[in-house]
Amino acid sequence: MAVCIAVIAKENYPLYIRSTPTENELKFHYMVHTSLDVVDEKISAMGKALVDQRELYLGLLYPTEDYKVYGYVTNSKVKFVMVVDSSNTALRDNEIRSMFRKLHNSYTDVMCNPFYNPGDRIQSRWALLPVSASSPGGPYFLCPIQSRWALLPVSVSSPGGPYFLCPIQSRWALLLCPIQSSRAFDNMVTSMMIQVC
Amino acid sequence: MDASEEPLPPVIYTMENKPIVTCAGDQNLFTSVYPTLSQQLPREPMEWRRSYGRAPKMIHLESNFVQFKEELLPKEGNKALLTFPFLHIYWTECCDTEVYKATVKDDLTKWQNVLKAHSSVDWLIVIVENDAKKKNKTNILPRTSIVDKIRNDFCNKQSDRCVVLSDPLKDSSRTQESWNAFLTKLRTLLLMSFTKNLGKFEDDMRTLREKRTEPGWSFCEYFMVQVSVPPGALDCWVFLSCLEVLQRIEGCCDRAQIDSNIAHTVGLWSYATEKLKSLGYLCGLVSEKGPNSEDLNRTVDLLAGLGAERPETANTAQSPYKKLKEALSSVEAFEKHYLDLSHATIEMYTSIGRIRSAKFVGKDLAEFYMRKKAPQKAEIYLQGALKNYLAEGWALPITHTRKQLAECQKHLGQIENYLQTSSLLASDHHLTEEERKHFCQEILDFASQPSDNPGHKIVLPMQSFAQLRDLHFDPSNAVVHVGGVLCIEITMYSQMPVPVHVEQIVVNVHFSIEKNSYRKTAEWLTKHKTSNGIINFPPETAPFPVSQNSLPALELYEMFERSPSDNSLNTTGIICRNVHMLLRRQESSSSLEMPSGVALEEGAHLLRCSHVTLEPGANQITFRTQAKEPGTYTLRQLCASVGSVWFVLPHIYPIVQYDVYSQEPQLHVEPLADSLLAGIPQKVKFTVTTGHYTIKNGDSLQLSNAEAMLILCQAESRAMVYSNTREQSSDAALRIQSSDKVTSISLPVAPAYHVIEFELEVLSLPSAPALGGESDMLGMAEPHRKHKDKQKTGHCMVTTDHKVSIDCPWSIYSTVIALTFSVPFRTTHALLSSGTRKYVQVCVQNLSELDFQLSDSYLVDTSDSTDLQLVPLNTQSQQPIYSKQSVFFVWELKWTEEPPPSLHCRFSVGFSPASEEQLSISLKPYTYEFKVENFFTLYNVKAEIFPPSGMEYCRTGSLCSLEVLITRLSDLLEVDKDEALTESDEHFSTKLMYEVVDNSSNWAVCGKSCGVISMPVAARATHRVHMEVMPLFAGYLPLPDVRLFKYLPHHSAHSSQLDADSWIENDSLSVDKHGDDQPDSSSLKSRGSVHSACSSEHKGLPMPRLQALPAGQVFNSSSGTQVLVIPSQDDHVLEVSVT
Repeated sequence: MAVCIAVIAKENYPLYIRSTPTENELKFHYMVHTSLDVVDEKISAMGKALVDQRELYLGLLYPTEDYKVYGYVTNSKVKFVMVVDSSNTALRDNEIRSMFRKLHNSYTDVMCNPFYNPGDRIQSRWALLPVSASSPGGPYFLCPIQSRWALLPVSVSSPGGPYFLCPIQSRWALLLCPIQSSRAFDNMVTSMMIQVC
Repeated sequence: MDASEEPLPPVIYTMENKPIVTCAGDQNLFTSVYPTLSQQLPREPMEWRRSYGRAPKMIHLESNFVQFKEELLPKEGNKALLTFPFLHIYWTECCDTEVYKATVKDDLTKWQNVLKAHSSVDWLIVIVENDAKKKNKTNILPRTSIVDKIRNDFCNKQSDRCVVLSDPLKDSSRTQESWNAFLTKLRTLLLMSFTKNLGKFEDDMRTLREKRTEPGWSFCEYFMVQVSVPPGALDCWVFLSCLEVLQRIEGCCDRAQIDSNIAHTVGLWSYATEKLKSLGYLCGLVSEKGPNSEDLNRTVDLLAGLGAERPETANTAQSPYKKLKEALSSVEAFEKHYLDLSHATIEMYTSIGRIRSAKFVGKDLAEFYMRKKAPQKAEIYLQGALKNYLAEGWALPITHTRKQLAECQKHLGQIENYLQTSSLLASDHHLTEEERKHFCQEILDFASQPSDNPGHKIVLPMQSFAQLRDLHFDPSNAVVHVGGVLCIEITMYSQMPVPVHVEQIVVNVHFSIEKNSYRKTAEWLTKHKTSNGIINFPPETAPFPVSQNSLPALELYEMFERSPSDNSLNTTGIICRNVHMLLRRQESSSSLEMPSGVALEEGAHLLRCSHVTLEPGANQITFRTQAKEPGTYTLRQLCASVGSVWFVLPHIYPIVQYDVYSQEPQLHVEPLADSLLAGIPQKVKFTVTTGHYTIKNGDSLQLSNAEAMLILCQAESRAMVYSNTREQSSDAALRIQSSDKVTSISLPVAPAYHVIEFELEVLSLPSAPALGGESDMLGMAEPHRKHKDKQKTGHCMVTTDHKVSIDCPWSIYSTVIALTFSVPFRTTHALLSSGTRKYVQVCVQNLSELDFQLSDSYLVDTSDSTDLQLVPLNTQSQQPIYSKQSVFFVWELKWTEEPPPSLHCRFSVGFSPASEEQLSISLKPYTYEFKVENFFTLYNVKAEIFPPSGMEYCRTGSLCSLEVLITRLSDLLEVDKDEALTESDEHFSTKLMYEVVDNSSNWAVCGKSCGVISMPVAARATHRVHMEVMPLFAGYLPLPDVRLFKYLPHHSAHSSQLDADSWIENDSLSVDKHGDDQPDSSSLKSRGSVHSACSSEHKGLPMPRLQALPAGQVFNSSSGTQVLVIPSQDDHVLEVSVT
């Protein structure tokens, strides 16, 4: 079970960082930041390896008295850092590796959102989208679903909501809608933090 | 119990941790007895009887005597054993009842109350008796009385709590005895207290242990109570282990190997440093004052826990064990070792490029220095770390480090730096509201301090204080005239957590003179459009300068460069249009923490807004300025002052400018329509641009009247006054006063930089065009008339210019304006003949775009000959004349007697615009004067073509005969009297030349086509000419033209009689070509026209001249007749020409 999970941009600023317990947030920020030294070292050490043979998992970066810090780097040089309680001896390398892989998948999903700009922090964003209110079965709104667009019927309680409709003229309405939701990613991270291996 | 009395000497324990004994009362007294006391106390061992069946121990009691302080008393729930004061002693040598009552009793009472408040029952009062002192007193009381009093007052049923120590510093048996008794008492009480408190401690321990099954039981709490030492011991162990390992490595590797493996060993160095640090903190070695007794106790425990150094290293000079012992032994030693380790670690991290780790250790070091109250040393490490976090955009570490830096800067007294860091922290959303308010308050507190140096300003960057979001001008085009008011409204987004009162917000403005400001202004007013005049400033992405988000996206465009000649592709490529944005220097990253570099510009031009309270979030601030000097003003800096603190935005970007222009007053007069028409009222628009001139009451335009132009005064005419931005501000009735010479127009009152517009009606009086010579002689054949001339007169209206001189109130010079009026009509006249009957035709052509109504046409003979009658043949009195169309009027000339040789006519017709309703004024009719000369028919020419004899019709190709009959219709008249007239026997004759011309090439004239005849000047005299012509085509052919000329003898020099505008031109051929030849017309070329030269150059040369007979004098009675020509039978070719 991880105590801190961080996604760090190519330029080394945090895209996402979450830790538990939250009162020690600062300590983990320092810890993850410091671990980038080792990540950099490991990346430059394997720089010569062929791209397709490159192992994304960087392994244990360094241990501290209470924690172990693991690293992972994507091909686009986005880094994942995971801090694990060192008392948790049950957690083996393979599990860490698979956790990173899951994280990578979730991150890829985030990247697939057409509203997500690479380099943006992973967080929910809201926007006003036009919806056609008068269509039969409506109102609908134009929504990105897994990098494709679809017309979805909406109500305040629709998944991903709440949505707020405000009428404009009679035929269209504006919908305040989360165009970029970090919820799925959050859930993934949460599951890794509470998971007992 | 005395140890020597025992047969087997028991193991005697010394106290590793001396129990604390506090001393109250007379400190000098205690100090004097302390050496003896501390020496004597441990001398004799005491038997320690312990609870729970544990074997008694013989121990030597020692004590750590400290001055009594309330803080030393344990708080409720404190279970630490070692820091516990076991006994409290009050020392006094009072022997005077009065003194006792006055001070000592009171002091004792207070002491007792403090002890009771902490439920401490382990106390003792020591009364020291001094014989020497006693002798000095006169009112000596028995010794016992004070002791008794104290016992009575304080030692309720516990008389043993008060002991007497007699003459402690003397060397007498009594003293010795007294000491022994005191010490025994002290030891007993100490042990009692010790046993009791230890028992209580053990009870607590057991209670806690028993509670372990209960929820909420914390092992740590239990552990911490059980052994307050082990975490330290663990640290010691880690520290020693690290150093042992490192030492072992160093022992078996050379320098190069060690250096190459730093990446693997530096972690241990770092770990050891960390542990030493925490040991230092634990043992109170990291503080300004050094360790307190509690810390010292802990240190002693730790060192004791280490045990003895292992034999293998015991003899070496340097060992981890020795290092640790030394480091913990004193503040100075710790500092030395800790700094050594830290620096070594930082150096190693730096050497292998682990900058972040190095900075992190550096931050620990900074914390250490801050604890040691050495902020000057801490600063560099904090700055270094902060720079790293800023560069990589780690918000939480930035906030944390900045907080530390703020404290450091505050201690260092770096006021500017501290204030700037405070402003950054006050705007930092990662801090709590309270913390942000605190830092904001720090700035406000400083700002409100009365400064000892009143002019001094602390200049800070504005960004963290407030941000400029947008700006908009009113008027929105940001162009204002001199003296005009310009509003600039800005939105400032305050980052502060509380409302901040700002004394003034100042915009520094740079002024530059724009040479062609007027031209620019005109352009500006129309072209320059920022959307609603709002300029948005890009939000500062403050804490993450390197993140790619702060950079705009690349704007890439394809670029093709083509050859200008053949449009072929020369080069192609991709250009980045916003490269200036992308390659902009990242100012914020390097100098974010440095207030230096913000220079306050001093300029003469300032926009100021005083006493503004900036609420957290968006604030609207409006600057108002009155434009003074014309030119361009660029907004450069934005400053907000809070007391002596100035927040400055050094560059306002994108560039914001406004323009001030000055304008001379101007008058424009222009027709409302495309062109002005003469004769009817026309509207003219007057535009007065006031510029910098203010139109006062009584200002007027004085128009000097042009003779032929009237200014029509209308009662209802109004003037509109507009502002320069075309917003109507007022309108006023126009007062116009006309006198003979001058028309005065009173202008409405208007402020500067306004526009006054009004319309006036003017009327150009129709003037009679030049007399008839100008006009066409429609009746005459005129095939040679210059085409060019015709076109010119056919399409263009005749114009007349009227110049009006206007005196304007703002100038001593008159403005002269020219108005061009076009005459809407073109008139031509023609003389028509039918035999001897004569008609005058007047053609009025409307050249304008307007339709008119013509009425009351008249033609009068101005010479007023009674004999002549002009009979109108026009049926309608009213007649419309549409645009671009003509109307004809015809009069028949009738006379009874001999007509005059010339006729002066005036044509007049009333006209008014067809569309318009009743005009206010009656318009003058249009007139046209012309002269008709020689209109009387003298000759009748009749031509006839006969088919060849025997034929019924003319045939192509066969000769036909042309008979021309020229008949004189009148006797000698005045007009006949010229050089051609010859008189013989009262018979007059004149010479005429006839010519047969067929311009349409229907006929071929065979033989002579012209000839000179002598014509008798008598009525009904005839001359017959016979010619042969051959038709060239079949069909109804018009007859060839027969022309008559006057044949003037060569000696005549009156060339001036020839009208220069006549159809005869000096062309390629001329008669005088054979100037010395006999004048014989037969020598002239027959085909084509006969040419005559009559230009003045040839004047005087002997040559015959031809003069065309005026149109009215010859009547061709056969004009228009046609002859049927049938094709010849053997003509099989049919020519068809299709045009």
